[in-house]
Amino acid sequence: MAGRVDSVLVLLALTSVLLLGSSRLVRCIRIVAFQGMLLAVLTLAVHAHALTLRVAMLAATILALKGAAFPWLLSRVLQEADVRREIEPLVSYVSSMLVGVVGFAVSFWLSERLPLPTPPISSLVLPVALFTTLVGLFLIVSRRTALTQVLAYLVLENGIYTFGVGLVHGTPMVVELGVLLDVFVAVFVMGIAIFHINREFDHIDANQLAALRD
Amino acid sequence: MTLYGLLIIPAVAGVGAFFVKADSLRRRVLVLTAIVHTVLMAATWVSLPGPLLGGWLRLDALGQLVLSVTSLLFLAAAVYAVGYLQREHQKFHHDFQEGLLFTNAPEATFTGCLLLFLAAMTLVAASQRFGLLWVAIEATTLASAPLIFFHRHHRSLEATWKYLLICSVGIALALLGNFFLAVAASDPGGTPIPLVLEDLVRGASRLHVRWLQAAFLLFLVGYGTKMGLAPLHTWLPDAHSEAPSVVSALLSGALLNCAFLGILRVQQVCAAAGCGAFGRELFVGFGIVSMAVAAVFIIGQADFKRLLAYSSVEHMGILSLGVGLGGGASFGALLHAVNHSLTKALLFLVAGNILATYQTKSTLDVRGVLRALPVSGVLWLMGAFAITGSPPFGPFLSEFTILKAALDQGRSGVAAAYLVLLAAICVGMMTAALRMAQGVPDRHWENETRGEPVTAIGPPAVLAVLVLVLGLYVPPVLRTAIEAAARLLG
Repeated sequence: MAGRVDSVLVLLALTSVLLLGSSRLVRCIRIVAFQGMLLAVLTLAVHAHALTLRVAMLAATILALKGAAFPWLLSRVLQEADVRREIEPLVSYVSSMLVGVVGFAVSFWLSERLPLPTPPISSLVLPVALFTTLVGLFLIVSRRTALTQVLAYLVLENGIYTFGVGLVHGTPMVVELGVLLDVFVAVFVMGIAIFHINREFDHIDANQLAALRD
Repeated sequence: MTLYGLLIIPAVAGVGAFFVKADSLRRRVLVLTAIVHTVLMAATWVSLPGPLLGGWLRLDALGQLVLSVTSLLFLAAAVYAVGYLQREHQKFHHDFQEGLLFTNAPEATFTGCLLLFLAAMTLVAASQRFGLLWVAIEATTLASAPLIFFHRHHRSLEATWKYLLICSVGIALALLGNFFLAVAASDPGGTPIPLVLEDLVRGASRLHVRWLQAAFLLFLVGYGTKMGLAPLHTWLPDAHSEAPSVVSALLSGALLNCAFLGILRVQQVCAAAGCGAFGRELFVGFGIVSMAVAAVFIIGQADFKRLLAYSSVEHMGILSLGVGLGGGASFGALLHAVNHSLTKALLFLVAGNILATYQTKSTLDVRGVLRALPVSGVLWLMGAFAITGSPPFGPFLSEFTILKAALDQGRSGVAAAYLVLLAAICVGMMTAALRMAQGVPDRHWENETRGEPVTAIGPPAVLAVLVLVLGLYVPPVLRTAIEAAARLLG
């Protein structure tokens, strides 16, 4: 059972690394969609010993939102914006991968220093959650298109969610659904904003949004 | 019952507003909801509503304080918005900064989001469960983003994008903080402590201190982004300057308090767990840095809405500093939160009047407000004197309380930095504000001015009176409430 959780976590970390080296936006959306599906699987795998209707419903919601709704929404935005690739990123793809490797080491080092009060279901949960969160943060500051920034926000959220699924038990359903609803609305509103950015500027390069400054 | 009303009425009205076709009816719904909300808020002062949903929703002294300020400001903003929306009614607008034409967002969207924003802020004030608090704070971001994008041009779009992304990322970190808190509350042997404020405070001795401290850091950075503590404030000046003034008033006066409340909730737990000192030092640090950053940008600021925005960063710094010092300064900080909200809302509303008449945000191009707009001019000066901490206005009293507490605790270094920064900001603000108020207006106003509509000067005038009254006399009811709230902070 722990083996299954471990494999999902390893896949999760790999998707993050893959994302660091991807420039085609369609591919980025697919990777994040796959990561969303992995989270649904992770939810099931963690609770494999006591599968309740509650867990199944939660996993289904995650699958529907992160695996289907978000990618669909963002693909629509992408078609509208007619952009194929990430614009020359602030940190090159090779350097990004290197940053990823360093981030991975840092995550393991940090996890060593934060001993958990209760032994986790897998020793990989904490490092992978931290790693995914760090990758999300890194992508937000290093990529330029507004669309990739939303994807990066989702990766950040996925990392945090991994932490929640793997280490925190007994979060009430209402709160979990509330969090998912908020993330859904956030992606929706950001999608609308990108749509307007594209119409207003004829591009979705967030770095060129720089009229306001002191 | 009252609490349900406070939460549900604005939410239902907000959703309804999206579907109301007639502008006049929708505006009436807006004002009516604001009035009902304020009346219900007043009712909570008569008898405090009990806990709901198994203690998830409860108004304690802190929540009640935030709720009351929010409700009052919303009423002022709603009345002001009616006049504003009437004036903004034509289809195309001329952008005075770059000369381009733009349209406004549909009024139904604006009103709907405004009401949902109120519902979300009410939920923040009433949440006792940390997860719910997070959901509510993120909801305030999402409901207010479309408000900033009311004028559909590229600058407001840029401001909206920065607001959405920076705050969402910040708040995502606070979600990680929630999970850290859950780990801190887990118990290897027995049952974990539920993440409800009351239970956490009661079982604080069982919390794992290291995880609690890590959680506190994440909450501070996460909600601190939303509160506008430097150096996490980067979204704030853009959003406040590009949003319609009535929205800026709510963002600055009501929303920032809500984010602050989010941080205070964790501080309550930390204080109960005996590591309050850890958080307090961080509060002092963030406070001084925020004031310093604000001072740098306020001196020589050429845009009066950005000036007010940076002043918000400064005052959030003062709140943080006050809570950090603790004791009497906590009382001062909470009183200051009330004073700042009222004063800043007053200033933003008047700034909206000045903007509408002069068609510029430049402090250098606005001259003679006292002559062109006599009432707004007087209110502008009152607000400027109040916000820079001059007697006899409210902020003077609260800023002085914090200074006195700093000196009583023997922290002369902090007190000196505080005084120097306040003085620098005062000079920067007053130079601009006095220049704008005095002199002879050189253009526009003779043919442009249509008098000053009641909806444009009534709400800020009422706020000005409140700020003045609070400077002369803090009603015992309010004093007791703030004392109770300050005690919660330990």
